[in-house]
Amino acid sequence: MSDMWINMGPQHPMNHGLWNLKVRVDGEIVVESIPVLGYLHRGVEKLCEKRDYNQIIPLMDRLCYVSSLTWSHAYCISAEEMMGLEIPDRAKYLRVIALELQRVASHLMWLAAFAPDLGMFSAYLYSMREREHFLDMLQWLTGARMNQNYPRIGGVRNDMPAGFPDRCIKELDYFEKKLEQYKQLFDDNKLFRMRTEGVGVLSKKDALDLGVTGPALRGSNCPIDMRTHDPYEVYGELDWEVQVGKGGDVFSRYAVRMGEMRESCRIIRDALKKIPDGPVRVKAPLRPTGQGFRRTEDSRGEALIYVVGQGEESPYRLKIRSPIFAIMRALPVMLKGTSIADLLAIMGSVDICIGDTDK
Amino acid sequence: MSSWINLYNISYAIGEFLMGIVAAILNFFGQWIGPLSDFADWLMSVNVLNLVAILIGGVVVMVFVSIINLFIIMWIERKMYGRIHDRRGIMLPGPWKKTHKGTGFLQNLADGMKLIQKELIVPKNADKWMYDIAPAIIATTSILAFVAIPFSETFYVANINGGLIFILAILAIAPFAVVLAGWSSNNKFTLIGGLRGAALMLSYEIPLILSVIGVILLSGSLNPIEIVQAQQQTSVLGVENWYIIPLFPAVIVFMVALFAELERLPFDLPEAEAELVEGWLTEYSGMRFGLVFVSKWVRTYAGAALITILFLGGWSGPVLPGELWFIIKSYIVFVIIVWATWSFPRSRIDQIVRIGWNWLIPIAIISIVIAAAFKWVGWF
Amino acid sequence: MKGTEVAGALREHFGDLVSDIVFPREDLVRVSVPRDSIFPFCKFLRDELHCEHLNLVSALDWPENFECVYHLTSYLEEYMVELHVKVPKDDPKIASLSEIWRAADFPEREAYDMMGITFEGHPDLRRILLPDDVDYYPLRKDFEGQSDE
Repeated sequence: MSDMWINMGPQHPMNHGLWNLKVRVDGEIVVESIPVLGYLHRGVEKLCEKRDYNQIIPLMDRLCYVSSLTWSHAYCISAEEMMGLEIPDRAKYLRVIALELQRVASHLMWLAAFAPDLGMFSAYLYSMREREHFLDMLQWLTGARMNQNYPRIGGVRNDMPAGFPDRCIKELDYFEKKLEQYKQLFDDNKLFRMRTEGVGVLSKKDALDLGVTGPALRGSNCPIDMRTHDPYEVYGELDWEVQVGKGGDVFSRYAVRMGEMRESCRIIRDALKKIPDGPVRVKAPLRPTGQGFRRTEDSRGEALIYVVGQGEESPYRLKIRSPIFAIMRALPVMLKGTSIADLLAIMGSVDICIGDTDK
Repeated sequence: MSSWINLYNISYAIGEFLMGIVAAILNFFGQWIGPLSDFADWLMSVNVLNLVAILIGGVVVMVFVSIINLFIIMWIERKMYGRIHDRRGIMLPGPWKKTHKGTGFLQNLADGMKLIQKELIVPKNADKWMYDIAPAIIATTSILAFVAIPFSETFYVANINGGLIFILAILAIAPFAVVLAGWSSNNKFTLIGGLRGAALMLSYEIPLILSVIGVILLSGSLNPIEIVQAQQQTSVLGVENWYIIPLFPAVIVFMVALFAELERLPFDLPEAEAELVEGWLTEYSGMRFGLVFVSKWVRTYAGAALITILFLGGWSGPVLPGELWFIIKSYIVFVIIVWATWSFPRSRIDQIVRIGWNWLIPIAIISIVIAAAFKWVGWF
Repeated sequence: MKGTEVAGALREHFGDLVSDIVFPREDLVRVSVPRDSIFPFCKFLRDELHCEHLNLVSALDWPENFECVYHLTSYLEEYMVELHVKVPKDDPKIASLSEIWRAADFPEREAYDMMGITFEGHPDLRRILLPDDVDYYPLRKDFEGQSDE
């Protein structure tokens, strides 16, 4: 017997979430891998058919426990598209600020999960420490650290508190300084480069064919970001750049995410500067008819929620497109021929979140 | 440093005193029972007293190494990597303050007590005998290394002529136990971990020994005490002749190989906790796990002590007693090891094998050439 | 490329097979095609109109029939196609697209899992989120589920 199956999961330090990766290894080399999903299936789509439109927002918050605001926002913007609702400008800016705060917090959570996979436990605590600042800001803005329940169909729940922009900019100054340090800590680390460069290469062709989106796609030298490709809210008016990695390997994906954190800070600064006065919420129809969707850029990739309404209190059908669900299909392609140690680096680099994958 | 105050003489005196009391009591009863007097005479004979002295000395060293010293280095490591992580580390159990400013010195004792109380689980299909013996092998060989490690000219268990060979040999037994444990646990993760341990052993054991050869060449001895004495002579530079100066490449090689030998973080592949759960340790529980876990620190300290002896002049230093100098130096080396451990990511098995064969062995050979050249010129 | 141009190209190539053309947004075209022509239709979209990306395969349960909705994106030409295909309830079968986009693999398995639509030609059509041994399709409207009461 030259090869054997090992179960990496459902309980394994590697999988950040409840899922199973069956791996057939020949010594240390991965010959074949099969992702097994469904351990966290909660039937969210069925639940949504029994709730009314506003009750769905908290459910969407719980899709991804790391990046919950982006998901509730993805639902709200799709529902607005279906209802044909135009929201006030101030609400759009507030949404962008909250989304980018959430994105940085989510990327820091990714860093905190990715670094221990490579054995850098110190970096885990560093990024958790910085994440705390962003969660504090989110808490001040929305009232909660984790499941914010902040966007509403037709705007946002509340305006930002007094003094928020000043403190937010102070935190961003601090974080940008720290981010440069972390980039040095990783980029100048020879062992880190050895572990990540040229590992888990996903070619541009494969990435497009497999439906990979988000930082994983941008790491494969494909500058597709839904915030510029299909600008929603006010991303088109703000000053920032799409991050693209050249190699398609683990290091490119890491570099894209680090760059995105920096760009998110730029977006927040710009949005705080340009935010207009005005109302933050308009009234939404209760029993809309129609269908609609909007592509949004979640922290992990393209989030798309397709909502169909039939003039009832609850949607007739709500379908969630999870970015990690597509990356799960791409994993066997990336993992083939790598070693068990590389498997860790690759899994860490795509930022698995099972909450929205299993729905 | 007067030669008569050494561990052997002190423990001989203590032994003589204790045996004298016993012999007096026996002699008292010997008035009525004849053979007891003969037994008392035998107890007071030189051979028996020698044996008692060695036993007492051994117990003193072992108590120091495996209890006092062990608690100190475990505390240093846990406190230090806590600080590297920007947290306070262990702080509550301990004799002093019970707040966040506390030292938490007794945390390891508490952890040990918890481990002792836990159930010893043996996997159903494990090879019971091998599974049981592997932690014992690791623990005993780790502590046994200190038999030949002198803490000063006078503080040692045994003055073995080939002491260095003995230390390196006994430290090299543990990887064998790793393979044994990995195989006998009957688990795929432990198997991969054990085989990684075997592959690791092939790549670092050779540079480890090659890097020591320079020291042996310069000092002309395999005895740790004589190696240190050779370093205490004044060199051409006008200071003490510590081998870290001529043999700096060898120190680097020795340190790197030591990290692999100790399974510490850049090279902790056999027990990579993220990929192989806990590697070959996965199935161990309770005090079996505790033994292995503690042995890791004992071995780390043995490594730090070896570096101190081979390259840092051992116990030589001004004012303070030699033992204290030895401990200070070895703790500094230990702190460096801890620092490096918590700053690097884990490497891959093919990378470490490549580092071992492509870099460490050539550098070690260069350091041997350097040592030979210095010896020939007569500088060191 | 504007949605109208895409619709024009599709009409030119497929004629009357393409029906119910709506433009909800400028770069989005919503069309309906019959079940039998889904595979050549998608192949044409990918090869001729640069639809590199399959976003989503959703299955809907209408009172009279099932419906598969495909969202397709062209990153190059910057347009989207929303493709509606009706599937009869008594014969819930449709051609699999996983030969065209490997991305269709998992979403189709999910649609099979949740709605019971069989994708013919799929390489590995098993349940994905639910256990292998369940015998119901929970997202169908007639599925009531079991309560713990």
